[in-house]
Amino acid sequence: MKPAAFEYHAPDTVEEAVALLDAHGDQAKVLAGGQSLVPLMNMRLARPAVIVDINRIQTLNYLAEDGGTLALGALCRQRAAERSALVARHCPLLGDALALVGHAQIRNRGTVVGSLAHADPAAELCAVLATLGGTVTAVGPQGTRSIPADELFVSYLTTSLDPRELLTEARFPALPRGTGWAWKEIARRHGDFALAGVGVGLALRGGRIAEARIGLTGVGATPVRAARAERSLVGAVPSDALWEAAAEAVRAEVEPDGDIHASAEYRRHIAGVLTRRALAEALTRAREAA
Amino acid sequence: MPTREITLRINGTTYAGRAEPRKTLADFIREDCGLTGTHLGCEHGVCGACTILMDGDAVRSCLMFAVQAEGAELMTVEGLADGDRLHPIQQAYWEHHALQCGFCTPGFLMTTLAFLRDTPRPTEREIREGLSGNLCRCTGYQNIVRAVAAAADVLAAAPDAGVRRAPALPDGCVPPTSAGAAKTRAAGRARTPAPKGRTAKTKPSARPKPKRPAGRRRRA
Repeated sequence: MKPAAFEYHAPDTVEEAVALLDAHGDQAKVLAGGQSLVPLMNMRLARPAVIVDINRIQTLNYLAEDGGTLALGALCRQRAAERSALVARHCPLLGDALALVGHAQIRNRGTVVGSLAHADPAAELCAVLATLGGTVTAVGPQGTRSIPADELFVSYLTTSLDPRELLTEARFPALPRGTGWAWKEIARRHGDFALAGVGVGLALRGGRIAEARIGLTGVGATPVRAARAERSLVGAVPSDALWEAAAEAVRAEVEPDGDIHASAEYRRHIAGVLTRRALAEALTRAREAA
Repeated sequence: MPTREITLRINGTTYAGRAEPRKTLADFIREDCGLTGTHLGCEHGVCGACTILMDGDAVRSCLMFAVQAEGAELMTVEGLADGDRLHPIQQAYWEHHALQCGFCTPGFLMTTLAFLRDTPRPTEREIREGLSGNLCRCTGYQNIVRAVAAAADVLAAAPDAGVRRAPALPDGCVPPTSAGAAKTRAAGRARTPAPKGRTAKTKPSARPKPKRPAGRRRRA
């Protein structure tokens, strides 16, 4: 349980970090919070030849509201975001999901952006980014680009990032005023990866649903936006029957895998159950906010 | 592989040593600083036995490399007791039989220290959630929960009883090292535990850690 030897670099600027990534390509791994990477290294499932530790790049340690979007730098710890008043005000879906990421000791080190870069298919934060239609910013040798959530996540633990790119920022669109939200998940124990989880955003206009967002984790190789279920809700009057129909649509849309923690059938089933519960809770919040 | 110079502070004492970058902070604390109170269970961030405070935050020392703690202010289980006098949290664990084999206890104690600082009057549910990142293979959780509740009462009655916090540092900030002080201790091969002199300890700070400036965007 000791990591293999590696060459260690701790650059002070994004430019230096990108130059190191450019020089070492896929031999290098970026170390931010290290709460996913270091376990893999300790178990020698990962043996990067070069570690680029970005913890000294202080310009990446920020959390700010920026024109209706919450911008989090690559060094913003999950615990800092969880406790942030800005997150509570502008992006409560993110705050609710953060409280279920690992344990406090993990969140004290783990970063929001690092979780997105790791792209675990059962991670909460990837699904939140997908639900809200957020973006990430990547800086590479060719310059800076913005990547939408649906283009970032490719497969299990795989993103569309080039190995020579550094994720510097995540941008979560704030929920418009009057929008209800809910994050629901089922895990075996508190802090475990979810067997399935769902994030919902729900806006009402004149008693009908004006906008619905449903994003799921743990039910496929990437976070899933339940587009058909979302469409089935828009324009409809909220009711238990409507939630049940949306839950059925979600079950039809997801293709979970079974493993030792839960069968595919069970995951599909609870994806629907959680959707129903999340929609009901989001409706209550939307009405409270109206 | 080349080694690097590492200087950090643990329980108020400065330690300086050399280690390969791949050496975890937990191993550095145990092997190079001689502080073996921090235990290693799973070594991949699940069991919580290696929990320490780094700049005031509870972290898993098996999931960091020692080089990353350069200049950091750490607190380990050895920093809890005041000489022969147990810390109120240790005392509560003792009184409530919150340890059986005791292997997980250092991690539980450090988690409890940070948890009660952040949640001084916890409900039982909050206690269970707060401890969820630590595993006890003897499964003595019931008494651990009781001990934490009792410690919360004691600390609430005497707020200066020991929940101390290092000076505020932004996330990931590496402060300048305080090497060169007379207290600097060579962390080396010698495995003798560091003698504990009260003079070398940091005094409990009456100043609470300011809130993180989460709302400000810091671009250099």
